[in-house]
Amino acid sequence: MKIAIVDYDIGNVKSILSAFENQGADVSLTNNKEEILKSDGLVLPGVGAFSHGMKSLESCGLVEVIKEYVISDRPFMGICLGMQMLFEGSEEFGKTTGLGLISGKVVKLPTKDDQNEKLPHVSWNELNRKNIQWTGTILEDVKEGSDMYFVHSFVAQPKDNDNILSTTEYSGHNFCSSVKKGNIYGCQFHPEKSGKIGLKIIRNFIRMCQK
Amino acid sequence: MNKVRIIARIDVKNEFAIKGIHLEGLRKVGNPNEMARNYYNDGIDEIVFMDAVAAYYDRNSLSELIQEACADVFIPITVGGGIRTIDDIKNALKSGADKVAINTRAVKEPAFINQASKIFGSQCIVSSIEAKSIKGGKWEVYTDNGREPTGKDVIEWAKHVEELGAGEIMLTSIDQEGTKKGFDVNLYQSVVRSVSIPVIASGGMGKSDDAVKLIKHANVDAIAIASVLHYKIESVQDIKNILLENQIKVRI
Repeated sequence: MKIAIVDYDIGNVKSILSAFENQGADVSLTNNKEEILKSDGLVLPGVGAFSHGMKSLESCGLVEVIKEYVISDRPFMGICLGMQMLFEGSEEFGKTTGLGLISGKVVKLPTKDDQNEKLPHVSWNELNRKNIQWTGTILEDVKEGSDMYFVHSFVAQPKDNDNILSTTEYSGHNFCSSVKKGNIYGCQFHPEKSGKIGLKIIRNFIRMCQK
Repeated sequence: MNKVRIIARIDVKNEFAIKGIHLEGLRKVGNPNEMARNYYNDGIDEIVFMDAVAAYYDRNSLSELIQEACADVFIPITVGGGIRTIDDIKNALKSGADKVAINTRAVKEPAFINQASKIFGSQCIVSSIEAKSIKGGKWEVYTDNGREPTGKDVIEWAKHVEELGAGEIMLTSIDQEGTKKGFDVNLYQSVVRSVSIPVIASGGMGKSDDAVKLIKHANVDAIAIASVLHYKIESVQDIKNILLENQIKVRI
């Protein structure tokens, strides 16, 4: 069983690699097309600006590779910007087209002006369940209300509510904090930075890749 | 209100964790990686490693330390001290850091914050501000780990770094730093009111009550703790329990 983490020269991939290794996965950091397509599980990390992330994926020639992998219905997990890029597009620094694997768009996190809430949302914050049961997903055995680490200013808005795996409240609004469409998963939070519960989510994903 | 993040700040000189008073008179207090692991297991929310002499000697040397830390510490790690170029940031992130704290270089060339936040995203760029109180209820920005006065006003500079794209401000009170006499509440009140990005308060905590007093009076997002943890005055869990008892939300 082999898990690939997409290496496209962006952000902190070392800690994702460490977290998967810590949970006993055979994992590699790669931008090699064959290696990605051969893997039993694929992780798309990412921090920072949407447009920069998409440009980096394009210049590494990985956009089509990721789409091809996802069509094969093997487990896939996008983290933070990696989740946002699954959607059709973003309004960060002008409009940018995303991978379009899940319907919906990426928008600035709504805040209430009068509440003096801040952006970026940098905080530990709680996961709440929406429509989908968590059993059999990456959130299996994670307690509702568990704190995960968030650091972002933008959020994904899936068109279909049934794609929303969890929501999180910030500044009086509930935003989509994780997403599921078949075997495609996305986490707005950082499981690799969310202590022991984050590691459990990674373990759940690894188990999925073993099936 | 957000959960207040409890951060362990570990200042590093060569391979040792060190602690001074007013950022001076540095004493060795332990092995930085061992300390980070212990705090992680005890429930700390984040770790900040600061290279205490990097800016002074024009270098940065924490990449090995970060690589080791991120093998078994699965919470956010910020690295600061001597970050001068886009490549320095890239290296820090490649080593496993999530954020970089920038002070001296930003003061010398403010556009650097703007450039860095465009490339890596605001959330990755922490503006580290060292503040020293001056006449008239104001504070002056210092650089080079509290050595160099700059003539800049802290409030104006904080507003400016937000405009430039910094995602957070780590604000260290040089007057209080290492004294264990409590936070400079006025400083944090003034800065929190002037910016809309998260502010991390650093410098002066001697006991949990100091944190309670600060958070009740200034809406800071996080507190960075050094002496209290390094000298084992209180544990991470002790601190969180006292905050909870005072109706301050923290991650349990």
